[in-house]
Amino acid sequence: MRVDVLLYIAVMAVVTYLIRMLPLTLIRRKITNRYIRSFLYYVPYATLSAMTFPAILTATGSVISAAIGFAAALLLAFRGKSLLTVAVFASAVVLVCELILPYLPL
Amino acid sequence: MTRTQYFTKGMRDGMPICFGYFAVSFAFGIQAAGIGLSVLESAVLSAANVTSAGQFAALGIIAAGASYIELAFTQLVINLRYFLMSCALSQKLSPAMPLHHRLGIAYGMTDEIFAVSVSQPEPLSPFYSYGLIAVAVPGWVLGTVLGAAAGNILPAILTNALGIAIYGMFIAIVIPPAKENRVVAGVVVLSMLLATVFTYAPLLREISSGFRIILITLLVAGGAALLFPLEDKPAEPEEDRHAS
Repeated sequence: MRVDVLLYIAVMAVVTYLIRMLPLTLIRRKITNRYIRSFLYYVPYATLSAMTFPAILTATGSVISAAIGFAAALLLAFRGKSLLTVAVFASAVVLVCELILPYLPL
Repeated sequence: MTRTQYFTKGMRDGMPICFGYFAVSFAFGIQAAGIGLSVLESAVLSAANVTSAGQFAALGIIAAGASYIELAFTQLVINLRYFLMSCALSQKLSPAMPLHHRLGIAYGMTDEIFAVSVSQPEPLSPFYSYGLIAVAVPGWVLGTVLGAAAGNILPAILTNALGIAIYGMFIAIVIPPAKENRVVAGVVVLSMLLATVFTYAPLLREISSGFRIILITLLVAGGAALLFPLEDKPAEPEEDRHAS
């Protein structure tokens, strides 16, 4: 391992770890403020949704397979399927789509 | 549940994260080899950081031989969303959780591990988090190693298919609560709409993806908290202090 590369890795690892670690160690009690509590309750839904769409459309080889995979994931999630089931089936649907797509006259 | 049961449950829930990570880090390994990092350097980078967007951005900076300050600042901007996530996750922990467990779970606070962790009942067991980390992080490092060592080992069609796994997981996390709660449903739809606008609209699309997530979270979660605050709970923290 080269020293300069190791230093680059160390710098980014320290910055990233501090960002993750500080709130977990500094906020040691339940927040009682109603507004902050509500805000933190909604944070995961806002963050995860904003990360999912539209990024999911460019996650595979084509927008078409991604859109069909997205629809499959939505359908399964609405039916309350587990994380693993939704993830595996969405991947399988994309795989099948990409195997078929080249043969379709699109 | 015992520690072992929590750990085992974490390992099971970590499986989809592992698959998804494998696909993403495989692509990362290929790019890392492309800028001249050795397999070992790529693996250490992945194991020390476990952050997709941050790592991809770092490759460009390392390849350009830029300053450490610039690298640190880029990581800060791209990864600042973890700060919000950690704040939210801090509320799922027992106030009595000792420091070493807080330091331990902080290592694995990725988007995906956060997503699975917040959907767990309170208080979150650190052993559940360790179970997630024990399965997910090896997937991340192994994908990096294989991508860096033999990028053409997997056909693109397979990595394409795996590429959607993580998003499938996110969807499986946000949809069930959105079905139960109309405010959460509104938060989900509005966040996706805003993310689309921020991704494609002129000027707005210049905002980096990390910052986009932060802005949308502040806007939507902040707005929802103002308009639809949660019911006031009775003084629960006092009881929690004696738990675990």
